[in-house]
Amino acid sequence: MDTLIAQLQRQFRDYTISLYHQGFLDDQFTELKKLQDECSPDFVAEVVTLFFEDCEKLISNMARALDQAGNVDFKLVGSSVHQLKGSSSSVGAKRVKGLCITLKECCDSQNYEGCVRCLQQVDIEYKTLKAKLQDLFNLEQQIVQAGGRIPQVDI
Amino acid sequence: MEVCNCIEPQWPADELLMKYQYISDFFIAIAYFSIPLELIYFVKKSAVFPYRWVLVQFGAFIVLCGATHLINLWTFTTHSRTVALVMTTAKVLTAVVSCATALMLVHIIPDLLSVKTRELFLKNKAAELDREMGLIRTQEETGRHVRMLTHEIRSTLDRHTILKTTLVELGRTLALEECALWMPTRTGLELQLSYTLRHQHPVEYTVPIQLPVINQVFGTSRAVKISPNSPVARLRPVSGKYMLGEVVAVRVPLLHLSNFQINDWPELSTKRYALMVLMLPSDSARQWHVHELELVEVVADQVAVALSHAAILEESMRARDLLMEQNVALDLARREAETAIRARNDFLAVMNHEMRTPMHAIIALSSLLQETELTPEQRLMVETILKSSNLLATLMNDVLDLSRLEDGSLQLELGTFNLHTLFREVLNLIKPIAVVKKLPITLNLAPDLPEFVVGDEKRLMQIILNIVGNAVKFSKQGSISVTALVTKSDTRAADFFVVPTGSHFYLRVKVKDSGAGINPQDIPKIFTKFAQTQSLATRSSGGSGLGLAISKRFVNLMEGNIWIESDGLGKGCTAIFDVKLGISERSNESKQSGIPKVPAIPRHSNFTGLKVLVMDENGVSRLVTKGLLVHLGCEVTMVSSNEECLRVVSHEHKVVFMDVCMPGVENYQIALRIHEKFTKQRHQRPLLVALSGNTDKSTKEKCMSFGLDGVLLKPVSLDNMRDVLSDLLEPRVLYEGM
Repeated sequence: MDTLIAQLQRQFRDYTISLYHQGFLDDQFTELKKLQDECSPDFVAEVVTLFFEDCEKLISNMARALDQAGNVDFKLVGSSVHQLKGSSSSVGAKRVKGLCITLKECCDSQNYEGCVRCLQQVDIEYKTLKAKLQDLFNLEQQIVQAGGRIPQVDI
Repeated sequence: MEVCNCIEPQWPADELLMKYQYISDFFIAIAYFSIPLELIYFVKKSAVFPYRWVLVQFGAFIVLCGATHLINLWTFTTHSRTVALVMTTAKVLTAVVSCATALMLVHIIPDLLSVKTRELFLKNKAAELDREMGLIRTQEETGRHVRMLTHEIRSTLDRHTILKTTLVELGRTLALEECALWMPTRTGLELQLSYTLRHQHPVEYTVPIQLPVINQVFGTSRAVKISPNSPVARLRPVSGKYMLGEVVAVRVPLLHLSNFQINDWPELSTKRYALMVLMLPSDSARQWHVHELELVEVVADQVAVALSHAAILEESMRARDLLMEQNVALDLARREAETAIRARNDFLAVMNHEMRTPMHAIIALSSLLQETELTPEQRLMVETILKSSNLLATLMNDVLDLSRLEDGSLQLELGTFNLHTLFREVLNLIKPIAVVKKLPITLNLAPDLPEFVVGDEKRLMQIILNIVGNAVKFSKQGSISVTALVTKSDTRAADFFVVPTGSHFYLRVKVKDSGAGINPQDIPKIFTKFAQTQSLATRSSGGSGLGLAISKRFVNLMEGNIWIESDGLGKGCTAIFDVKLGISERSNESKQSGIPKVPAIPRHSNFTGLKVLVMDENGVSRLVTKGLLVHLGCEVTMVSSNEECLRVVSHEHKVVFMDVCMPGVENYQIALRIHEKFTKQRHQRPLLVALSGNTDKSTKEKCMSFGLDGVLLKPVSLDNMRDVLSDLLEPRVLYEGM
């Protein structure tokens, strides 16, 4: 007999595993989860939220920089991308990090088209990740409300 | 004279004559009448009388004669016609009967005569039967004698008694003058006089066995009459007796144990006979009767059987004595062996201590000598000394271990230890050699392998080290893989049932190498002591060949099994062993065992309250790093710029983490400025750790040149952070490998 809690837990587990398998998250995210305990129960949420805010800010910076067609401040783009890369690797956003690396290369080679393209992809990517993590957190909330325990997922 | 019808008797003149006739007739009649009566009376009395008819006839005849004579009495005087008629009738009848009787008697009288002869014959027969009965009685008596004799003979198992009794009894039963027994000598060529009944015989009186008379006797199983003058019978002192009594000789088969074959029981074929000679008394004119001869034959057979029984008994007594002797000897040997083992153990125990002490002195002092200033020559010599003494020490240990193992006096020293750590340690020890030989070693630990186990750690390490060492030794190229897993019930050896009990499990370790391989025929020899396969490659690798033997014994002590599989020469081989280990609850006793480089530190330990400073421009990484350090119990201050860092840093901060991801050297210069700041003060400066996106050589050089104490690769995992903090803060403890 599948109780609601068990169902939710299974859903949660499957979803988490799929995120890893699809390359959205990597080991660093697992490390983050390790740091979450009674003392800092919302640690992951905090970090992730901050990351998405950071993403927004940095991407808009870069977009603005790239908008100045003809007079693009690649240094600024470079430093922003560097920041973004650092943030994404700290959080474990694998795809975002990968795209950042590509963007960095484009930036270093001052490839305007490439940069624009990459930036777009980064934007899409971070938004997708944000939505997915939101779903994950919702699932967690549901489980907690139903009185269950959030299962530990070993990848 | 007138002729009248009446017959007038002549009653005349001679009245006297008439009177006598008259009286005679009368008496005749009486007699004639009384004879049948007598006959009837006596016949009635006797039971048997075959001729009644004759009797009746005879009776009738007599009665009629009597009647005639009686009637005659009336005819003396004048008598009437009737009387004359009767007289005539009587006479006629008498005539008839007498004729009939006469005719009858012709038949009967020869019969009666033959009865007589038959009677005589029967009398003779009865006399004969009497005689024969006498004979039978005699025979029966002799039979009784034989039984008694046999009983006497068989009642003893002593050879001499048997033979003596035989002669005595025979002599008595048959009333013999002399009775003698000739036995064949050891050579079988002569018969020696062994026993006599009455006369003393000269010692060593022998006759050759090939005499014709002896051959004759030996040729048949019957008793044979022989001449009293033959050499075997010439025993009595010649004392002028006329007629020497008859002599009979019979063979007595001497049976060996091997002659008792059931299949040819009737013919007991044997080559050796003794001769029994029996002599009847002289001058007695006695003859040997058949029954006496039979008696002698029977006795001879019985004697043969009794002698064989005696021989069997002698044999079994001898065997028993032999066994007892052997028992005593074995007992003595066992006690000697025990004494020897005890002596050896004592010797080993003493030598163990005595040998190790000087050994240690040599090794220690040689090592110390190595540390001093030496010329190259001297260094070479000292190295050789050290190498040799190490070898010697190892050999000593191996030999001592092996001898204790063989006694069964070696005990496992059980303790709790970390299995995973053990494997890693072994690999660390072997890695240098493997790297030199360019052999990559891989370690695969099964995920369900328990971490903390109970067992003899030192010996298990010895086993694994030996096997992996062998793999490395005998491989010239390729790779080596070590796999450890928990084994289930289907093991290789069919008679080795693996039953994982509650708190135990069987660890299986497989070491596969791609080296020289082993000939399948050599595999059984590998585990014997001191044996090494004679391939060129192995001879150069040294070692005493004891390693695998010791390993096998340790494995057996751990209730396990070890074996080697190989596909042949040049195809590498896999060494596999199972051992039984106990599962322990995760306890912290493991701290003391093994080689801890860094003891496992639980969360709230030395880092509690540790003040650290984190400088990172990136908000997210800053937050993550802070989370890490908070998780470890530190008190974290966060700054986001170099200036802020300089401002905030104080002596209370023990560690400063600075992000150096940005290209350029600005961040590094912080380190210099912090150095400056603290050299002026008296306090200890905080440790400086860089968090960088890469840890390549240039980064490391930069860090070192700017005076940083360490560099961490971002993103930092919890374990890494922990390790680094411990390294930085605990005093460095380095244990050398075993």
